Amino acid sequence: MLSANFVLATALIYVLVLFLLAFASDRQSRRGGNRLIRSPLVYTLSLSVYCTSWTFYGAVGSAARNGLEFAAIYLGPTLVFVGWWFFLRKLVRIGHTYRITSIADLISSRFGKSTGLAILVTCIAVISTTPYIALQLKAVTTSFQVVSGISVLSLTDSTIGGTNTALWVAISMALFTILFGTRNLDANEHHPGVVAAIAFEALVKLFAILAVGFFVVFSMAGGINQVFEYPAATVLLYSEQSFSWRWVNLLLLSAIAIICLPRQFQTTVVENSNENHLKTASWAFPLYLFLMSLFVIPIAIAGLSLLPEDANPDMFLLTLPISAGQNSLALLAFIGGFSSATSMVIVANIALSIMISNHIIVPLALKIPLLRLNSRGDIKYLLRTSRRISIGVILFLGYVYYRTSAQSDALASIGLIAFVGVSQFCPAIIAGMFWRNATAKGVTVGMSAGFLLWAYTLFLPSLTGSPDGIIAHFVEQGLWSIEALKPQALFGLTNIDPLVHAVFWSLGTNIFCLIVVSVWSNQSPLEQLQSALFVDVFRNQPGTESRVLQRRATSRDLYWLTQRILGSAQARDLFQQLSDNYTDHHSLDTPDPRFIAHIERHLAGSIGASTARTLVSQIATGETISLEEIINLVDETQQVVEYSHRLEKQSETLKSTARKLTQANEQLQQIDSQKDEFLSQVSHELRTPMTSIRSMAEILLDSNNIADKQRAHFSRIIYEESIRLTRLLDEILEISRLEHGEMDIKHEHLNPEKCISRAIETCLGIAHRGGVSLNCDVPTTTSTMIGDPDRFHQVMINLLTNAINYNTAQNPRVEVSCRISKSYYEVYIQDNGPGIEDRESVFEKFSRGPNESSLYRGSGLGLSISRQLMHKMRGSLELVDDSNCGACFRLKMPLGV
Amino acid sequence: MATQPSNATLNKTVLIVEDELHIIESLRFILQRAGYLVHEVHDGNDAVNSVRAHIPDVIVLDLMLPNKNGFEILKELKSDLALSNTPVLMLTAKGQQQDRANAEQLKVDAFITKPFSNQEVLSCIDHLSKR
Repeated sequence: MLSANFVLATALIYVLVLFLLAFASDRQSRRGGNRLIRSPLVYTLSLSVYCTSWTFYGAVGSAARNGLEFAAIYLGPTLVFVGWWFFLRKLVRIGHTYRITSIADLISSRFGKSTGLAILVTCIAVISTTPYIALQLKAVTTSFQVVSGISVLSLTDSTIGGTNTALWVAISMALFTILFGTRNLDANEHHPGVVAAIAFEALVKLFAILAVGFFVVFSMAGGINQVFEYPAATVLLYSEQSFSWRWVNLLLLSAIAIICLPRQFQTTVVENSNENHLKTASWAFPLYLFLMSLFVIPIAIAGLSLLPEDANPDMFLLTLPISAGQNSLALLAFIGGFSSATSMVIVANIALSIMISNHIIVPLALKIPLLRLNSRGDIKYLLRTSRRISIGVILFLGYVYYRTSAQSDALASIGLIAFVGVSQFCPAIIAGMFWRNATAKGVTVGMSAGFLLWAYTLFLPSLTGSPDGIIAHFVEQGLWSIEALKPQALFGLTNIDPLVHAVFWSLGTNIFCLIVVSVWSNQSPLEQLQSALFVDVFRNQPGTESRVLQRRATSRDLYWLTQRILGSAQARDLFQQLSDNYTDHHSLDTPDPRFIAHIERHLAGSIGASTARTLVSQIATGETISLEEIINLVDETQQVVEYSHRLEKQSETLKSTARKLTQANEQLQQIDSQKDEFLSQVSHELRTPMTSIRSMAEILLDSNNIADKQRAHFSRIIYEESIRLTRLLDEILEISRLEHGEMDIKHEHLNPEKCISRAIETCLGIAHRGGVSLNCDVPTTTSTMIGDPDRFHQVMINLLTNAINYNTAQNPRVEVSCRISKSYYEVYIQDNGPGIEDRESVFEKFSRGPNESSLYRGSGLGLSISRQLMHKMRGSLELVDDSNCGACFRLKMPLGV
Repeated sequence: MATQPSNATLNKTVLIVEDELHIIESLRFILQRAGYLVHEVHDGNDAVNSVRAHIPDVIVLDLMLPNKNGFEILKELKSDLALSNTPVLMLTAKGQQQDRANAEQLKVDAFITKPFSNQEVLSCIDHLSKR
C-alpha cells in the first residue's frame, strides 16, 4: 500500500508537470513556433478527451457486469470518424467559416443568431455536464482511496486524513482551467496550452492502461489463452444481454456524444486549426480507441477470477496490481485515471465557461443599464472575469452533485445520463446542417421537450441519494402518485431498460416536435439567410451574407466596439488588415456591408454569433435583409447543384459516345483492311487469267511460223481464260451485291424433291465427262421448304460441281441424300474425294484447297457465295464433321408450315 | 520477233516454278523457241529439290504456290551456298509494292509483275543467264 500523502504528492507533481507543459506550449504558440502543437497527431490525441475516467476505470467495470456492452461506447465514435467525409468535414467547415465558439453558438447561429436558443443550449449543456464532472471527481476520489489503502467501507465519508479529496481535486482543476482556459490568445477560441496538455494526458492514460493490461495478462494470468480459460470468461463473453436494444442504444448515444458533448465539440471543431487534420484523425482516433479497449475484457476477467467477490469491478485496474504487490504500477494506473479525469474536467469547463459567458452573462450585462456596457466599458474584461467565475461555479455544481447523487451508483450509469442529456442537441445540429427548412421554433420546442423528458426520466431518478427520500418516492410512485407518470415507465411503457426508455421518450419527442413545429412555422429573414449559409457551406464563400444584409455604420463606432471586445492591439491589427482589403470603393468613414459583416464574424469568434450581432446592431443603422437576395442565394446554389448534376450526366454521355465512336472506328478500320485484302485478292485473281491471255496473244501476234494446231490450242486457251475472267467478274459483282443486301431473295414454298432433281439433272453431264457416278436418294415427301428456287439451284450446282471436279478418287462417287429435322429440310452432299483439310477457311473468299487442280480452277468465291445465299434464305450451309472420307456438305432450308 | 536459238542460249537451262498450267505453257513456248532447255515444277514443296536436281541457269519463280510460297522458296535458295548463285526471276500476280520490297530484301535477281510482256521476260532471262 502507498501512503495517502505519497499518492497526493505524486498527483500534485503530475499537475505541476501539466502546468509547465501548458505554459511552455502557450509561449511557443505565441512566438509562432507551433508546428508540433498544431499537428494532426496532437489534434487526434486531444480528441481522446472522450476517454474520461469513466472509460478508463468504468469500461472494465462495465465489461465485468455486462460483458461486451462497453464496446458500443468505442464503436459509435469510430463510425462517426471513419465516415468523417459525410458529417464531420461539414461541421468543421461551418465552424471555421463562421468562427463558431461552442455548440450553443453553432445552434443559435444557424437558427437566426437567436440569443434565447443559445441560452437554452447552454443550460442543457451545464445541467447534463454537471453529473459528468461529478463522475470525474468521484473517480478520482475513489481511486485515491483505493490506491492509498483506505478501506472501501469508509468510501462514503470523503473526509480522509483531514483532507476532503474531492474538494481539493475540484479546486486544483478549477485553477488549471482558469489559468490556461481563459488566456484568450486570439479571437478564435484556440487554447494551444490546454490542447498540448490534453494530448500529453492522452498518452499517459494509454500508456497506463496498456501497462496494467500487459502486467495482468502476461504476469498475473500467465498469457492470453490462460485469461480466456477462466470460468468468468465464458460468463462474460456469452452473456445473453450482450447484443440487445440497450447495446444499439449505446452505439447510437456514443456516436451522438462524440459530436454533441460540449468538450468534444470544443476539441473537434473549435480547437481544430486545419480541416485536413480530420483525415489523420479518421483512422488514428479509432486506432487510439481500439488500443484503449484492447485489455478491457482480459482485465475484467482476471479481476473477476483473481480478486475477492466483493471487489469493486470499477477499480480492477488498481486492485489487480495492488493484489500482486505492484504498488508502482497501481500508482501509474492511478495517474492514468487521474489524467482521464482532469482532461475531461478541464476541457468541459472551458467549453461551458465560454457558453455561459458568451450567451448568458454578457447578454445579461448588456441589458443592465447600471453597467453601461452598451456605450463603453471593457467587454473583454467582463468576458474573462465571467469565464473564471463560471469555471468555479461549474466545478462547485459538480461537487454538489457528487455529494448529492447516490454513492453506490456505478461510474458508467452517471456517464450515460450525460450522454442522453447532450444527445438532445443532435436533432438540432443535423437538421441545421442538412435541412433548409428547420426553424428556430422547431428546434427550441424539440430541444426543450426532449430535455424536460430527459430530466424527468433519467436525471431526477439518479438523485435518489437525496436525504429526504422525496425523489426515491417519486421514482417508485410516479408524480402525484399517478401510475402513467412514473419516470421510468412513462405512459405504461414498462419492462424496458431505463436508459432505452429515456432515450426513446426524450429523443423521440425531440425529433417529432422539431419536424412538426418546423413544418408549421416560418423562418425569420435572418434565419433564412443563416440556413442558406450553413446548409450550403461548401458552396458559399464567407462574405456572402453581406449581399443580403444591408446596413450602415461608421468606422469609428466599429473600431470602438472591436477594441472593447478584442483589446486595442488586436483591434488595430484587424482594421489595418481589413482596410487594405475593403477600401477600393468605400472610404473608411462609411465602410461597405462586407466590411461590417467581416467585423461581426470576427467578433463572433470571441463572444458568439448572437451577442456579436446584438452589439453590431446597436451601432449599425438602416438594416435591411433582402428576401429576394436570400431566394436568389438559395436558387443559385441549387442551380449550381443542378448544373453540376447535368454536367456529370453529360460527361457520362460523352464518355459513352466516345467509347462507341472508338469501337465504330475500330470496326471501320477492320472493314477497311478487309476491303484492302479483298481488293488485293481480286487483283491477283484477275491478273492470273490476264497473264495467259496476254502472253499467248503476243505469241500469236508476233509469230507467223506457228503450226496451225499450236495456234488453235493457244486460241482455245485465250477463249477459256476469257470465260474464266468473265465468270470471276460476275461472282465478284454477286458477292458485292450480297454483302450490300442488294439481292432480292424470294421466299416461296418449294418442292424439295423437284428442286434437287433439277440440280442433279443439270450436273449429270459434267459428272459423266469426269467419270463420276452421281447418285441421289431423295424420297418423296409432302413437306415443302421455303426459299428462292434459282438461288437454291445455284447453291446445289456449286456444291455438286465442286464435289465432281475435285474428286480424285479411283472410283469417284457423289451421293445426295436428305433428312427432315424439326424445322429444317436438310440436304447432304457426300463425295469420296480427298476431303477438306482446312475446315475453318473453306467458306472464306478466295480460299482454295491445296490439291485444287489448275484445270478446274474456280474463283474461290463459290462456297462463300453459297453460304451467304443460304443465310439469306434463312437456312445454312455447313461442312459436316463426321465424314470418314471425302467431304460432306449439309444444306438446311427452313420447312414450310 | 522471230527468234531463233542462238549460240548464247544453247544448252542453258531454265526451271519454271509455277502452278498455273496455261502460264507454264506459254512460258515454255517462248523459252524453248529461244533455245533454252525448260524444266517445270508445280508444287512449292518440290521446288528446291528440283533446283538441286537440274542445276538450272535461271529460275522463274511464282509467288502464290500450293503448299509453300515463293518467298519461302527464295529464302531457302539464297541461304544454300550451292544454290545461292543461281539467278532468280520472280513473277507474281500480286503487284504490290510490299511484295517487291520483300523479294528484294531476300536478294531476288529480277522481279516482274503479271501480266508480263513476253519480250521483257525473255530479255530478262537472257540477261540473267549470261551472268
